[in-house]
Amino acid sequence: MKAQLEAIKAEALEAIAKAEGAQDLENVRVSYLGKKSPLTAVLKNMGSLTPEERPVMGALGNSVREAITNALEEAKANIGKLEMAKKLEKETIDVTLPSKKCKCGKIHPISAAQKEMEEIFLGMGFSIAEGPEVETDYYNFTALNTPEFHPARDVQDTFYITEKVLLRSQTSTVQVHVMEQQKPPIRVISPGRVYRSDAVDATHSPMFHQCEGLVIDKGITMADLKGTLLLFAKQMFGENTEIRFRPHHFPFTEPSCEVDVSCFVCGGKGCGVCKGEGWIEILGAGMVHPNVLRMSGIDPEEYSGFAFGMGIERIVMTKFGISDLRLLYENDIRFLSQF
Amino acid sequence: MKLSMNWLKDYVKEDFDPKAYSDKLTMTGSKVEGFENPADEIKNVVVGKLITVEKHPDSDHLLICMVDIGKEEPVQIVTGAQNVVPGALVPAALHDSYLPGGVHIKAGKLRGVPSNGMLCSLGELGLTLNDFPYAIEDGIFLIEEDCKPGDDVTKVLGLDDVTVEFEITSNRPDCLSMIGLARETAASFDTALNIPTPVVKETDNGKTINDYVSVEVRDSKLCPRYTARVVENVKIEPSPKWLRARLRACGIRPINNIVDITNYVCLEYGQPMHAFDASYLKGSKIIVRHAEKDEIITTLDGVERKLSDEMLVIADAEKAVAVAGVMGGENSEINDDTKTIVFESANFNGPSVRLTAKAIGLRTEASGRYEKGLDPENTLPAIERACELIELLGAGEVVKGIIDVYPEKPEQKVIPFNADKINAFLGTDVPEEEMKQIFKRLEIDLRDGNLYPPSYRADLESMQDIAEEVIRIHGYDLIPTTNFKAEALVGRRNAKQKTVNLIDELLTNDGYYEVQTFSFISPKYYDNILMPTDSPLRKSIVISNPLGEDTSIMRTTAVPSVLEVLATNRRYRNKNARIYENAKVYITKDGEDQPEERMSTVIAAYGDVDFYDMKGVCENILDMLGISGYEFEANKEAPAFHPGRCASVYSRDGQRIMVFGQIHPTVQENYGLDVESYVIVCDTELIMTLENFDKHYKALPKFPASERDLAFVCDKALTSGEIKKAIKKYGGKMLESVEVFDIFEDEEKVGVGKKSMAYNLVLRSPEKTLSVEDCDKAVAKILKGLEFDLGITLRG
Repeated sequence: MKAQLEAIKAEALEAIAKAEGAQDLENVRVSYLGKKSPLTAVLKNMGSLTPEERPVMGALGNSVREAITNALEEAKANIGKLEMAKKLEKETIDVTLPSKKCKCGKIHPISAAQKEMEEIFLGMGFSIAEGPEVETDYYNFTALNTPEFHPARDVQDTFYITEKVLLRSQTSTVQVHVMEQQKPPIRVISPGRVYRSDAVDATHSPMFHQCEGLVIDKGITMADLKGTLLLFAKQMFGENTEIRFRPHHFPFTEPSCEVDVSCFVCGGKGCGVCKGEGWIEILGAGMVHPNVLRMSGIDPEEYSGFAFGMGIERIVMTKFGISDLRLLYENDIRFLSQF
Repeated sequence: MKLSMNWLKDYVKEDFDPKAYSDKLTMTGSKVEGFENPADEIKNVVVGKLITVEKHPDSDHLLICMVDIGKEEPVQIVTGAQNVVPGALVPAALHDSYLPGGVHIKAGKLRGVPSNGMLCSLGELGLTLNDFPYAIEDGIFLIEEDCKPGDDVTKVLGLDDVTVEFEITSNRPDCLSMIGLARETAASFDTALNIPTPVVKETDNGKTINDYVSVEVRDSKLCPRYTARVVENVKIEPSPKWLRARLRACGIRPINNIVDITNYVCLEYGQPMHAFDASYLKGSKIIVRHAEKDEIITTLDGVERKLSDEMLVIADAEKAVAVAGVMGGENSEINDDTKTIVFESANFNGPSVRLTAKAIGLRTEASGRYEKGLDPENTLPAIERACELIELLGAGEVVKGIIDVYPEKPEQKVIPFNADKINAFLGTDVPEEEMKQIFKRLEIDLRDGNLYPPSYRADLESMQDIAEEVIRIHGYDLIPTTNFKAEALVGRRNAKQKTVNLIDELLTNDGYYEVQTFSFISPKYYDNILMPTDSPLRKSIVISNPLGEDTSIMRTTAVPSVLEVLATNRRYRNKNARIYENAKVYITKDGEDQPEERMSTVIAAYGDVDFYDMKGVCENILDMLGISGYEFEANKEAPAFHPGRCASVYSRDGQRIMVFGQIHPTVQENYGLDVESYVIVCDTELIMTLENFDKHYKALPKFPASERDLAFVCDKALTSGEIKKAIKKYGGKMLESVEVFDIFEDEEKVGVGKKSMAYNLVLRSPEKTLSVEDCDKAVAKILKGLEFDLGITLRG
C-alpha cells in the first residue's frame, strides 16, 4: 500500500509538472484527488489494514494528498503569473505615439514679461494702476515738469489728436493720476501701451509697452530706489544680477539715472548680447522732482519718492534673444509658441 | 556733441586714455556714445617727395614716379594722376598700408612695371576740398604743409585726433561746447582747468564801433542781451590748418576764415555767432524787433520765409536781415568782397526761438542751442574770442569798442546748503567736507551757508539739484542699496486685472495664443469688415500727425486686427490658428476729445474649430466668471459675420455681452483667408460688471435620478433652443437637466422639411426616489406642453 501511495504521488507530481494551463491542472486535480481517483480508492481500502498499520498509512495518505494539493496550488499560481504576463505583453502599446492632449496656447511674451514684473512688485506691496492712453498734454508733459516750449517735449515725437490731446508717450502719466487721487504712502506700478512717432523697423515701433513705478512716502531715499531696483533685477534676471546707476536727466526726476543690469547672458564678462559692455541698459529712474510733487498736491518738504520706468519690449528682446521687434507684433503662432 | 581730444588740451593739460576718459565722463553725467580716431584707419601712409616722374612705356596715362620716403632708397610707385611733378610732396601709401574704409594697399605691377604702393588723392584719405582748399579734387593731393619725406601723413595733416561723441541731455546746454566739456572733465578728474581770457588788441584808426553801427533792442524779454563788434578790412580766405582740423574733428565743414571763426567760437563757447556784412545794413542800424505780420525774408539757405508778428528778427533801418536765433538773411550775407563785418553774439529767449523755428520749419544748430536756454553772461567772452581769432588769423582789423545791450542781469540763484538734508535725501553718508570740495570743482560758490551756482548752470535751483551734483561727482556707484522702511501695504490685483488674468488662463488652456496688435488702424479696415457707413463705430479718434494711413485712427473694434493676424498665420501655412487679444477699443464720446477706453476680448480661429467650439469658449468664459442665465440667440444682422452662423449672447438682464460666429465669406476674402474662420467679440468691460464670485454650497442629491430619452419630429426651422426652452417650461421642479443628444434628417423616415431631435431628460426629486408613475406623469406633462406650444409630438 505504501508503494502504491508513493507511486500515485510520483505520478501526480509528474502530471502537474507537465500541465500547461489552468485546465490541465484541474484535470490533474480531478484525476488524482477526485472521488474516483486512485488515491481515494487506496484510502478506501484502509479498513483492510491492521489497527497498527492504519494510523501510519493514514498519515502517509494525508501527506501524499497534501503534497499533491500544494504542488497544484503552486503550479496554479505560476501559471496565473505566466498567463498575466502573456496578457500584458499582448496589451503593449507604442508610448511614443503622439498624445491626445488639447495643446495649450500661451500668453504673448510681452504680457508674460509684464506679468512677471507685476508679480515681483505685487510681492513688495505695490498695486497696479492704470491710466488713459489717449491723454491730455497736461498729464503727459506739464505735470511732469515739462512745460510748453520745454525742449524735452521734442525728445519724444508725440502723436497728437488735438493741440491738447495726445497719445501718451510714456506711462509716467499715471504717476500724476495716482498722486492726484491718492495720498501717500503710494506704491504703484503701471504697465501699459505708449506711443511715439517712430517708423517701424527692427528696433523701433510707433507703439510699445512700458512699466512705470512710483513710491512716495516720508523719508524715501535714492538708496531705497537702488535697493528696490536691485531686488527687482535679481527676481527678474537671476540671483547673481547686479545693477549700475549712471547719471542722466529726466525733467520729472532729480537726481535722475539710467540703470544697467549686469548682462544675464555672460554675467558681466562681455558678450554679443551686451555688446561687450557687460551691462545692459534697462530703465530710467530717479527721485520724483519737487515740482512734480507740488503740482500733484504733495508737499516735497514732507514727502519724497522715487519713480522708474522701463521698456518691456527691450527686456523681452534681450531676455529671449529676439533681434527684430517686428516679430512681437506679427503674431506668427510659430513664434508665439516659443515662449 | 563731438569733442576733440587735441583741442581739449587747450584747457586741461592731462593726457587721457580714450576708454578710461569715456567711462569716467559717462559716470559723472556726460554720457559718451563712443570715440574714434580717423588716424586709426590710415596706416603706413607717409609723406613722399617726388624725385622723378616718367612716362610708362606701355601706357598713355600712367606715370612712373620715384619717391623719396625718407629712407636710403627711394621707392617706385606708378600713378594714373596727371598732376604729379618732381619736387612735390605727396601722400604715399606704401606696401601693406591701409586707407579709410578698410582699403589695403599692396605692392604690384601696373602694365608690367612694379609699383610699391599708391599715391593718394584727398578722397582716398577721407578728406574733401573743404579740409584742404589749396588741393584739387581730381588728382594726387600735393601737400603744402611744413613736413619732410617719411613723416606720418596723419600727423602732418592733423588727422591724428581722438574725437569723443557725447549725448548731452537737454538740461545741460553749457556742455554743448568745448569749454563746457572741459569744465566737466576737470571736475570729473579733479584736475586743473585753464580757460584763457581772450585778448583783443583793436586797431587804432581813430574811430569806434559807434561810427559804424548802432544797436536798438525793442523787446529785451525775447532778447535779454545783444553784443556786437565790428571788424574792418576783412580778408576772406581759408582758415589755417589747425583750425580746419579742429572743426573737422567736431564734424563741422570748414568754409572760410570768417564763417569758420563763428563756428569755432560756437563750438568752443557754446554761443551761436553771426556775421553781417556791414555795407548791407541800411542806416547802419541793428534793430532787434518783432517781425511785421507776413514780413518776408529769404534766409541763407535760399528759402523765402513768411514771418508772423510773434517772431523776433534782427533788422536794419528798412528790413529784416536775420530771423533771431535761427538763421541769417541772404540780404546781409558775407561774401568774397565783404570789407566790414558786424559780429553778433546775442542771447535770445529759448521758447521764442523754439516756436519760431518750429513755425517756419527751420531747425538750425543755433536754434537748437538757443531753445535750451543759454547763459547771457557768455555773449561777451565769445565775441571777444571771435575778435581775438580775427587778429590771430590776420583776417581783419577789430574796431575799437563793443556795443553790449544788457539791460538786466538774471538774478543770482541762491540755494541753502544743508549737508544732512542732502545725505538724508540720497540715503548716503557723504562727508560735508567732500561736498564742499565738489562745489569747488563745479565752480559753485559756498558763502554763509548758501550756494551760488555759476551763471552757466541755470539748471541748478533746488536742494535736489544740488544733491544730484554731489552724488554724480561723489559717484552714483557709491549709493548704497537699502530697502525702504514704510508701513505695510497690500499689493494685489484689482477685480478688473483679476478678470483679465482669468480670461488669459482659460483661453491659453483651451489652446488659444494671446496676440498683441497695434491700437491704431486705417479707416479702410472698417470697410474690410463690412461695417455699415452709418455705424457709430466709424467715428474714431483721429491722429493728427500719423506715420501713415495704416496707423491713423484709434480702433473702435479689434476685429480687423485679429483677422489680420489670422491672415498672417494662414500666409505662413500654419494649419490651425487659435488666437485672442485683450484689446482696448477707443469709443468716441460726444463733445469730448478723449474717448472711452473699453476693454474687449476678441478671439479668432481657423482650422480644427467650428461654430460649436466657439460657443463652448463663450460659455466657458461666462461660467468661469460666475455669470449665469445668459442666452444665445441667432444674429442675422452682425455685419462681419455669416448671417446664418452667427449668434449673440445676452445676459440675464438683456444686455448683449458677446457676438460670435463664422466670418462672412466676403470678409474672409478681404483678408485672403481661404478657410472658414471664426471670431468672438466679447465686451469684457460689460461682463466685468456682471461677474459673480459668491459661492454657496448646495446639498448633494440624496435620491437617485431617472433618465428618459424622448425623440421628436419637427420642422427643420425649429431650433433646439426653442424645444429645450419648452421642455424646461413644462418640466417643473423635477426636471434636473435636459440636453439634445441626437439630430437627424431623412426624407423617407421623418419626412420632407422635417428633422428628428432626441433629448435626454434627467428627473430627480429631493424628497424621494421617483417611481415610474412619477416619471411618466412628468413626461406626459412635457409632451402635452410641447404639442400645445410647438405642435410637435413624439416620433412614432
